[in-house]
Order: sequence, then structure tokens, then C-alpha cells
Amino acid sequence: MKNPPFVYHRPDSLEAALALLATHGDDAKVLAGGQSLLPTMALRLGPPEQLIDIGRVPGLDTIEVTDGAVTIGALVRHATAEGSADVADNAPLIAQAMPLVGHRAIRNRGTVVGSIAHADPAAEMPAVVLATGATMLASSQSGSREISAEEFFEGYLTTSLRADELLTGVRFPAWSPGSAGAVVEVSRRHGDYAMVGLACRIDVDGGVITDAALAFFGVGATPTRCGPGEEALIGQPPGPDAFAAAAAAVADDLDPTADVHASANYRRHVAGVLTRDGLSTAVEKMGALT
Amino acid sequence: MTTVQPHETTGVAFTLNGEAFGADVEPRRTLSDVIREDAELTGTHLGCEHGVCGACTVLIDGQPARSCLMLAVQADGADVTTIEGLAAPDGSLHPVQQAMHDAHGFQCAFCSPGFMMSTIALLAENPSPTRDEIKEELSGNLCRCTGYETILNGVETAVRLMGADRGGAS
Repeated sequence: MKNPPFVYHRPDSLEAALALLATHGDDAKVLAGGQSLLPTMALRLGPPEQLIDIGRVPGLDTIEVTDGAVTIGALVRHATAEGSADVADNAPLIAQAMPLVGHRAIRNRGTVVGSIAHADPAAEMPAVVLATGATMLASSQSGSREISAEEFFEGYLTTSLRADELLTGVRFPAWSPGSAGAVVEVSRRHGDYAMVGLACRIDVDGGVITDAALAFFGVGATPTRCGPGEEALIGQPPGPDAFAAAAAAVADDLDPTADVHASANYRRHVAGVLTRDGLSTAVEKMGALT
Repeated sequence: MTTVQPHETTGVAFTLNGEAFGADVEPRRTLSDVIREDAELTGTHLGCEHGVCGACTVLIDGQPARSCLMLAVQADGADVTTIEGLAAPDGSLHPVQQAMHDAHGFQCAFCSPGFMMSTIALLAENPSPTRDEIKEELSGNLCRCTGYETILNGVETAVRLMGADRGGAS
């Protein structure tokens, strides 16, 4: 339960951090809040040879709103996002996810972007990224690039981020007035990883659903969107009939994993229930039901 | 830019219970180990050492954090408060300590320091929480004696004690 030895780097600029990643990327881990990384190191699950602590890199702790889009910097802690009026006003799905992330003491240290880079398939934020169509902002010595939500999550704790790249921030698109969304989950205890969770969003125009995203977490190796469930919603007026049809499509289509916490059948059932409840909660909270 | 090789040490300095504290530490060492072994304040308990049990909860700049999930080097420059920092210099107990005592909120008491640090942070933010709010805010702390009811009673007793201190209604 004691951390193994590693080479510790604490860069004081983004340039220095990227230079370290260029040199050590394959053997390095980036430390931000540490609430996922330090437990894995304590358990000695693939400990890194090089630890790059970005905690003192300036300019990464900001929440910026530009034309309604919210960009969360790599050092913004969950608790900061939870208490941010900018997040509450412009990125309601993040605001809804925050109270579900770990416990208060975890949220005081852990970072929103770190959770996305860690890509735990049972965590809330990767599913929020999928449900909102957020964009990952990656930097390396060879330049910066943007990675779409669809291209980011590749497997269990695995993303398309290259070893020499740092995820400097994540940009969540402007939330339109006709959108409704919710983050709901079932877990054994408050603050535990979800057995099944859902981050959902529907866009409503002219009384019908024009776009939908149902992003599940805790059901497989990555956060997963359910296409048939989404298709069951599009073109329908938001309401109990459409939500029940979507729930049935989800329960029919999802192929969740089984583990000690829940069987695949149980997860499939709960996913359907969460679909109905999440969509109902979304329209209640955001008043988009027309 | 700081680089420290394995088994080498680096200086770390932070405020610990109101006093300046400094040590040379290996970066791999956790804040909890440095508090217990270097500062010799063993009131911060280590249960699981990977962020599950909450026994090692301390306040970092007034906010609760798991000291086993922080490297000591990450605390450089921070204001750290442990259970030893609660009682007054004359030994009189902090109201949260007194309330836990009065409400029999201790059984084996291994988890108590973590519960009390979480409680202090909760009451600083929300001086009169409901029992459900207390349960939610303390859900990151585990008691293996399962003495939760008396712990919750202790928090409610602390709410009354601290409300009386402020001259408010109980």
C-alpha cells in the first residue's frame, strides 16, 4: 500500500511538461488531482517509472465560457466545477454529474479533465463527454489537436491520447435552450462507482425530439451510446410514450458486462429503467416538455 | 522545474495545525505518512491507504481531503489541519469532539478522526444540515464498528452545541 519508487517531475510551465512527455511519454503518468492515479499506484497496478506532476503548471485551472461553450482546464477540480455558476448555467450535465462523483473529499482533489483522461468506463464524466459531444484539447511538442468524443474512448482506461500528449482541457459545446438532459445512476452506496449510469440529452424543436444522446456508463469497457434507443426518440414528442419506447429499445440493444456487482441481465434491466427515469427527470428539470 | 530521482528526497514545507512544518521527503511518500512519521502526529489514521475508508481525512486549506491520496510534495505551501489541531491550547475540546463524546459517537474510534474532520468541513459550509444531508456528506467515511447512528447523533449534537456558541437557537 506504499507507492513504489518513481522519478518525480514537477514542471512549472506547459512547455516543460510537454518536453517531459516527449522524452518519457511511454513510461510516464501525469499527476493532476491523483484521486484515480494514486490508488492504482498504491495497489502497484502498473506503476509509472516517471511521474509528471502538473499541479504547478499555470493557466490550466480555468473555466472559460465562450459563446456558451464551456472549456474546463486540466487542473479544475470537481468541487470547483460543482460550485461554478458558469458550469451550472452553461453546462447543466456537468453540474448534475458532479454530486455523483466520489465523495466530498475526493471531489476536493480530483479533476474533471483527469477523470476524462483516466477513462474509467464506470465514471460519470466520460459519459457526459459522449452525451454532449465534447471536444478534447490535446497538446504536445508537435502542436495541438482536437479529438472528438466519438474518437476519444478506445477501451478500458484507454483513450486515443498519444503518449507524448497532455489533455490540457475539454470543451463542452453550448447548451441550447431547447435541450434537456440528466445524469442518473444506480450504485450500491452513495459515491460508489455506478453499476449502471446514464448521461442523456434530447434536443426539442417544434414539439418533437430532433436529436438525442443516451450515453451509458458502467456497462462495458467504454462509455457507450445506444443508437436504437436514440432512434426511438427522434421525431417523437417528448413524453412517457417516447421514453418507454426508448427504454425498451435500450433494454433490447445493450450488451452489458457481468461482474460481482451485477449480472448482465440486471444491468440491462436497470439501463431501461434509467432511460425512462433520466429522460423524465430531464424534461422536468429543464422544462423542455412542450 | 523540479526533478527528484527514486530514493532521493526533496524539501516540502506547509502549515500544520497553525505552525510551520518542513521535512525532506521522498516524493513517493504520502501526506498521511509524513504527518504520522515525520511530524509524529498519529491521530491521522490509515485504514485502507487507497482512498476508500476516509480514516485519513484531513483539511487542506479548510477542505477535507484524503491524506493517503496526496503525495506530501503536493501539499507544499498548503494549510493542513489534522485532528490534533482541533482542541484549544488549554486542552478543551472542539465542539465536534465534545459532541461526539457526549453522543457516544466513538466505539473503537479508529474512524473518528476522519469522521470529525469531515464533520467540521460540513458544518463550516452548512451549519444546520438535515440528517439526510449529514449522511450524504459523511458517506465517504466508513465505520467498521457500524456505529453510524451514534456518529450521526454526534453530528446533530455538534450542530446544537455550535448553534448555541453562535448565540442562535438550538
